[in-house]
Amino acid sequence: MSIGHTLLGLLESGPRHGYDLKRAFDEKFGHDRPLHYGQVYSTMSRLLKHGLVEVDGIEAGGGPERKRYAITDAGITDVERWLATPEKPEEYLQSTLYTKVVLALLTHRDAADILDVQRAEHLRSMRILTDRKRKGDLADQLICDHALFHLEADLRWLELTAARLDKLREAVAR
Amino acid sequence: MTAPPGSLLAAENLHKSYGPTVALDGAEFSIHPGEVVAVMGPSGSGKSTLLHCLAGIVPPDSGSITYAGRELAGMSDAERSALRRSEFGFVFQFGQLVPELTCVENVALPLRLNGRPRKQAERAALTWMERLEVDDLKDKRPGEVSGGQGQRVAVARALVTGPRVVFADEPTGALDSLNGERVMELLTDAARSTNAAVVLVTHEARVAAYSDREIVVRDGRSRDMERAI
Amino acid sequence: MKVRQWSRDLGLGMRFAWSGGREGWVRMLLTAVGVGLGVALLLLTTALPNALSVRHQRDEARLDYTYGPSRPKAANTLVISDVNTSYRGKDVRGRLVEPEGPRAPMAPGLDRYPAPGDMVVSPALKELLDSADGRLLRERLPYRVVGTIGEEGLIGSRELAYYAGAKDLAPRINGWQTARIAEFGRPQPAQSDTADPVLILLVLIVFVVLLMPVAVFIAAAVRFGGERRDRRLAALRLVGSDSRMTRRIAAGEAFAGSLLGLAFGTVFFLIGRQVAGSVEILGISVFPSYLDPTPALAALVAVAVPAAAVLVTLFALRGVVIEPLGVVRTARPARRRLWWRLLLPLGGLALLSPMLGQGRSNGSFNEYLVIGGVLLLLVGVTALLPWAVEAAVARLGAGSVSWQLAIRRLQLSSGSAARMVNGIAVAVAGAIALQMVFAGVESDYTKATGDDVTRAQMQVQLPRGLALRPAAEKFAETEGVRKAVALGSASLGDRSWKEDQSTSVTTSVTVGDCASLREVARLASCRDGDVFVARGGDFDQDAAKLAEPGRTLYLDATYGVDQGPEITWTVPKGLQRARAITSPNGSRTSGFLMTPSAVPPEVAKVLSGTVFVSVRDSVPDVHEYVRNTTAKVSPLADAQVWSATESSKKFTSIRTGLFVGAVCVLALIGASLLVSQLEQLRERRKLLSSLVAFGTRRRTLGLSVLWQTAVPIALGLLLALAVGLTLGAVLLKMTATAVSVDWASVLALTGAGAAVVVAVTLLSLPPLARLMRADGLRTE
Repeated sequence: MSIGHTLLGLLESGPRHGYDLKRAFDEKFGHDRPLHYGQVYSTMSRLLKHGLVEVDGIEAGGGPERKRYAITDAGITDVERWLATPEKPEEYLQSTLYTKVVLALLTHRDAADILDVQRAEHLRSMRILTDRKRKGDLADQLICDHALFHLEADLRWLELTAARLDKLREAVAR
Repeated sequence: MTAPPGSLLAAENLHKSYGPTVALDGAEFSIHPGEVVAVMGPSGSGKSTLLHCLAGIVPPDSGSITYAGRELAGMSDAERSALRRSEFGFVFQFGQLVPELTCVENVALPLRLNGRPRKQAERAALTWMERLEVDDLKDKRPGEVSGGQGQRVAVARALVTGPRVVFADEPTGALDSLNGERVMELLTDAARSTNAAVVLVTHEARVAAYSDREIVVRDGRSRDMERAI
Repeated sequence: MKVRQWSRDLGLGMRFAWSGGREGWVRMLLTAVGVGLGVALLLLTTALPNALSVRHQRDEARLDYTYGPSRPKAANTLVISDVNTSYRGKDVRGRLVEPEGPRAPMAPGLDRYPAPGDMVVSPALKELLDSADGRLLRERLPYRVVGTIGEEGLIGSRELAYYAGAKDLAPRINGWQTARIAEFGRPQPAQSDTADPVLILLVLIVFVVLLMPVAVFIAAAVRFGGERRDRRLAALRLVGSDSRMTRRIAAGEAFAGSLLGLAFGTVFFLIGRQVAGSVEILGISVFPSYLDPTPALAALVAVAVPAAAVLVTLFALRGVVIEPLGVVRTARPARRRLWWRLLLPLGGLALLSPMLGQGRSNGSFNEYLVIGGVLLLLVGVTALLPWAVEAAVARLGAGSVSWQLAIRRLQLSSGSAARMVNGIAVAVAGAIALQMVFAGVESDYTKATGDDVTRAQMQVQLPRGLALRPAAEKFAETEGVRKAVALGSASLGDRSWKEDQSTSVTTSVTVGDCASLREVARLASCRDGDVFVARGGDFDQDAAKLAEPGRTLYLDATYGVDQGPEITWTVPKGLQRARAITSPNGSRTSGFLMTPSAVPPEVAKVLSGTVFVSVRDSVPDVHEYVRNTTAKVSPLADAQVWSATESSKKFTSIRTGLFVGAVCVLALIGASLLVSQLEQLRERRKLLSSLVAFGTRRRTLGLSVLWQTAVPIALGLLLALAVGLTLGAVLLKMTATAVSVDWASVLALTGAGAAVVVAVTLLSLPPLARLMRADGLRTE
């Protein structure tokens, strides 16, 4: 999961301090693994270097933690590209997908679109596996089936999430 | 959008309502000969209605459907029925085999509807039943065979006329994984070998994985995922 | 304990029926309508004897007995004249009345008599006279309508009747058409018609034949919606009810349906009773008030129908195993055996056989044996039919797709197909048997009239003394009349008619112009003024004795019961000879013939005239024109249309009853066929939609529906034909009548059965078309 893209996405709704960013991230995506402050700092400086964010202002008292960051146009484009790119179908990628969906909802982008694109990507993988299975021997079939069932589970999750987008939108907006 | 060149069956801007319920709201579709296209989407999204419109079973309220260059909307009910008899094949989830007829009679039914003599029709039917590995059931009635066997009989019946498009609406919906897989393999293999196009309505990803590409129907609108990417 | 369990389970079933949701309601409604129709018919049957007796009483009460002894004019007398006519095939009861004093008897349904030139009419006649259809009748009845006849003066709501006021009727009293009476009604209580055993036999069988199909129908009605019910029963088993409880619950559902059916039936009956007041079937109409069911019979219906519903359900579930996971019809039902099915009709024949050849002369038939035998034979049809359908359908080969679909379906469920047509088969078998009996017995009850319809088609009886020639001219001028032959006649005797006639020699005299006389005798030459004696006919000896020139003969001038003046006639010298030939009314009689100038005026006064009218049948309403002329010539003249034969009134009414009943029963069975057909279609809606999806022509499906109905019915009719002909032959043997088959009516009845098939198929096509729409494929 890309922390950089996630922080960028959080900035899209308005400039924030580094500390605010960490808190927002932890609240929405951190769950049992809160972000280290150092991670925020290093990520932000990388984004700053690439011109994806800019410093909106520095509050009195000095220290890096008082910097207010704002997203640049290049930054917005970057978020958009990231959201539109389907993830490589792998096991346990729901955390990234979840982040993407929530960010899309936060930034008023079409979350259903993300899910559809992802589904297409999953299906592409499943097609390849199905094809391999049809041509392969029993061992191939069993291996492919394992992967297929996992991918199918992802897809089911995608379907379910798609069906619950409205509820999620409400929850995110709170 | 116009029908993509070389497409066998294409639909544009389809609208269809059942009373106050909007089933299709500007759906698009196209399929090439020999292609297997999965139609996916949540329940009630309008995917079955799309299939019914494409097959000429239900006329859409508006929009155009062209099959091999002919506009379906302009055809009479009799013409559309004749088209379905000779050019299309159908597999449904259940309730499609006539319970009183034996399996071989069920498979031969479309041929007989086309006026083929009984003996000849049943011989052709038996050939297809062999291909689908159900020829030993020929004298059984649908009530006496298992779900997977019945579905294979149904597939044989869909293919017996040598259709150019096979419409399959949740063909594995009532089957377990193994049987469902087998039915899908046999269906897609048979369709590819005869260069028939398959319109496959399903909500199961593993079934859809037998397709070449998929479109997603949501709230009556379709989305062609190949073009979207 | 047992009773409590029964009532608890039945009650549970009834609750299921009431709270079964929309489908449950539809099913119960179907059952209730079906049972209701049957109940209505049963109630009608129980009301019929009452209706007929009320009709009979009313008819008796208004009887004006014109054959009684002559009585003098008094304050309590009425002169009444019977002037019945008929209009376009319907009888019109007409009376001319002239009260002679303040206490003249009042006819039932009237509160006062109309003045001369006025009339009171029945509501139906008023309606007819006011309509365009009644134009010709209005001409015939030139009276002013001043009121209507009340219900108690009529025997049917559609009866056409009138009382017209008249003057100077008294001189017309003749002992048969016009009379002076002091009261209405039969003068002495009628000795009850000693009922003819053959007629009683027929009435019994008509009832059995009509009620059997109703029973079969009710049995079918409580089984409507069987398949869906089976699923519900399986669900009950799943939650732990045992198989007996389940059966009783099923019976409870049928019980609820039949109770509702009783209510429906009562409503249908009440509606039908009202409707009955405004219809006329084959010339018979009744007032709603006539149709009161006999209380005991109605109570029997109320108890028997629900009880039968419970029993039928339990019986029907006998061959069914209800398992928690579904209903299993005893997988491959044991092949239907023939032997016990054959026992029933054979038993019936055995019961009837002792009465073979008994005929009408040997007293009465044993009613119980007759009913038992006929019932067994007809029940035999319902037992044999499932076997026959199964055996026949199994042998039917392949044909078109629609045929294949239908036959395969029948092969799988030949039992329900047979149940469907049982009613028709029983009704037709019974009706065929009865028709045969009717046709066979008909000759005994039908008299050849002897009228020669090639020479004249109508006969008009003129009152005595009416001048012949002007009357004949009026008829000749009437539209559509080809020829009118007027002949007057009177009787001559060798002594006065006021004396004892037991030893007198009498003959007749016929008066007419030369052309008319040639209708009754061959004349060598004829001029006005000639007198002939015709010989070579009946009563030739008497005529020969009296035909002596110079002999004085006495003319019969008695007006029925009154004494008239003494009129004599002397046989003239120039008596010519003629040869009697058959006259238009079929008789060939020897007697005197006179041309008009030869008739003394006092003789002319007592001649009764007859006009033989031959008409052009191509002229519409020609009979009505002639009747109108008749009324113009004299209100008391009577016109009749000839037919070659006339049949006994009583006999005709039984036959009428059978036809009316057969029509009702066939309609009822058609309704039940339609209901089960529609139900079956609804259950197959998904299959139908998928058949349409892969391009099945609607025609193919429609045809398969047709075959599915037509094949069992054809088999049913065939069996009905066999049993009906057998039963008919046996019954004819019982009445000692030569056995012959009335193929026309056999054809008509089988045709009616076929018409039911076609009607049911046609009526189920629109719903079929609706079901075949692809909506049935929508599963989401």
